[in-house]
Amino acid sequence: MNNLNYTFTNKTKYITFGLMAIGLLTIIAGFFQGPPEGVNPEGYQHTRMWAILLVNGYFFMGIGLLATFFMALQYAAEVAWSVAVKRVYEAVSCYLPVGAVIMFIIVLAGQLHLHHLYQWMDPDVIVKNLPDGTPNPKFDPVIANKHGYFNPVFFWARTIAYLVVWSLFQQGFRKRSLEEDLQGGTAIHYKNMGKGALFLVFFAVTSSTSAWDWMMSLDVHWFSTMYGWYAFAGMWISAMTTILLTVLFLKRKGYLENVNDSHIHDLGKWMFAVSFLWSYLYFCQYMLIWYTNIPEETIYFHDRLHGFGYMGLMWTVFFMNFAFPMILLMSRDAKRNYYFLVIVGTIILIGHWLDVYNMVMPATVKGDHHLGWMEIGTALGFVGLIIFVIHRSLAKAPLTVQKHPYLDESLHHQY
Amino acid sequence: MSNVTIHAIFDDEEPLLASAKTLRSNGISIKDVFSPFPVHGLDAAIGLPRTWIAICAFIYGLTGLSLATLMMWYMMVHDWPTNIGGKPSFAYYMNMPAFIPISFESTVFCAAHGMAITFYLRCWLVPGTKPKNPDPRTTDDKFMMVIETKEENRSNIESMLKKDGAIEINNSDFKYRN
Repeated sequence: MNNLNYTFTNKTKYITFGLMAIGLLTIIAGFFQGPPEGVNPEGYQHTRMWAILLVNGYFFMGIGLLATFFMALQYAAEVAWSVAVKRVYEAVSCYLPVGAVIMFIIVLAGQLHLHHLYQWMDPDVIVKNLPDGTPNPKFDPVIANKHGYFNPVFFWARTIAYLVVWSLFQQGFRKRSLEEDLQGGTAIHYKNMGKGALFLVFFAVTSSTSAWDWMMSLDVHWFSTMYGWYAFAGMWISAMTTILLTVLFLKRKGYLENVNDSHIHDLGKWMFAVSFLWSYLYFCQYMLIWYTNIPEETIYFHDRLHGFGYMGLMWTVFFMNFAFPMILLMSRDAKRNYYFLVIVGTIILIGHWLDVYNMVMPATVKGDHHLGWMEIGTALGFVGLIIFVIHRSLAKAPLTVQKHPYLDESLHHQY
Repeated sequence: MSNVTIHAIFDDEEPLLASAKTLRSNGISIKDVFSPFPVHGLDAAIGLPRTWIAICAFIYGLTGLSLATLMMWYMMVHDWPTNIGGKPSFAYYMNMPAFIPISFESTVFCAAHGMAITFYLRCWLVPGTKPKNPDPRTTDDKFMMVIETKEENRSNIESMLKKDGAIEINNSDFKYRN
């Protein structure tokens, strides 16, 4: 048995600190950035900077969240093969509480009216008549109709419930996994199984509703029944890719001796399969809206494809997240090849970051979008943060679990 | 010098794999293995070349995609353009989203059926063929390795098989094709 612990080397640590410093400086500089040309500087709320923060907050929290989901899935289904890489997806899931705090801060800033990414957070839009009896020019009947769902009390109850319950599940899984290392036996295994199933039930509902609350409500006049799944699939593929890239990194550094080609192959299959799941949902959402051709629904794609000039980005996202993974990962050898997996994984991660960008930006900064220093700098900062959190968690526990009941089976995993 | 066919029966996959490796490392080629279920790693152990079925599947898939595209282009654009849902079919690419599901289904259909038919033809599992399995126990809980060799090597191979855990060794004149 290989009990080698991962050492978080100073070199890696300084790289992540450097990235985080870049991110922090970018965010600070971004808030000193004035409004774009033609926008009244008075009362300017740094929409672009907040929108970037939302893109990154959501995308990276999704990685931690869906790693937790994947972990719960493995427990609930009593999966054996993945036990050898269990510590890796556990470490990726450790970003969830951090991401939840960041997400909470970003949404809270909206409620405090520091930004107005969410139109419905403005209390004026649901007031029909002004106090003097004249009609309110800001009144928005669509938002007023949705007030039952988007009132601050219900919204905050939901938001806090998602973030807290998800994080508690994640912490519980992690704690029990470390206990199992010392204790052994099957008691913890069965407990994890039950909790995993419970998480999946909770997540089945909240994965969709959280996407409606934080992402779809940016386009509050619009709705799509596919949106929750589409956002979920996008987060899932990002999480699977992060897990696979972390495994490959550790293999490259000489850790994880017990992980063989078949484990890598299976993770590659996951990456391939979830890419397809995302493409399927992405296309279905588009096709249903395109076919029915109802103005309330087509506005979403009209804004993106024609109105605000996201046509190029939409196609880029399609190619990066569907065409490249499909062609490059189709063969068996590619799913076992380090270079192929790293290249495709990087393409997929960037592609899905751009996908979240396409969800947020057309609804917030609209036509005034650039992939400039603010976007890239902030994203680098978050990359540094997530790498730091993952690697710190990896270093805290043995890289191979010690006493999982299916450990032996996983070490003999073939195909 | 006459040829002989050795049928070695195993009751577990582990000795079977071990035995296959021993024989192959001694330069003895294995004709075939009959097994009640797929044994992981057996293909490589008995020295079968990599299967071409994946490449065949890819080609069948492309065929299905092309056929579907041709069919829909002919029916919906060329021969009888139809205005469905306010989308007159002036060009194939303009109505592309509507054609994607059919292209996908046709690709999968052709790839799956093509693979199955290729498999049946390659194994010659067609109506009226005689069973090629020399021992019905291999459909239940036994594994059988078939080795074709010269009479002079027989005792050597048999002792190697015994050592690796074969529970039964028969000489057979069972003739099976391919």
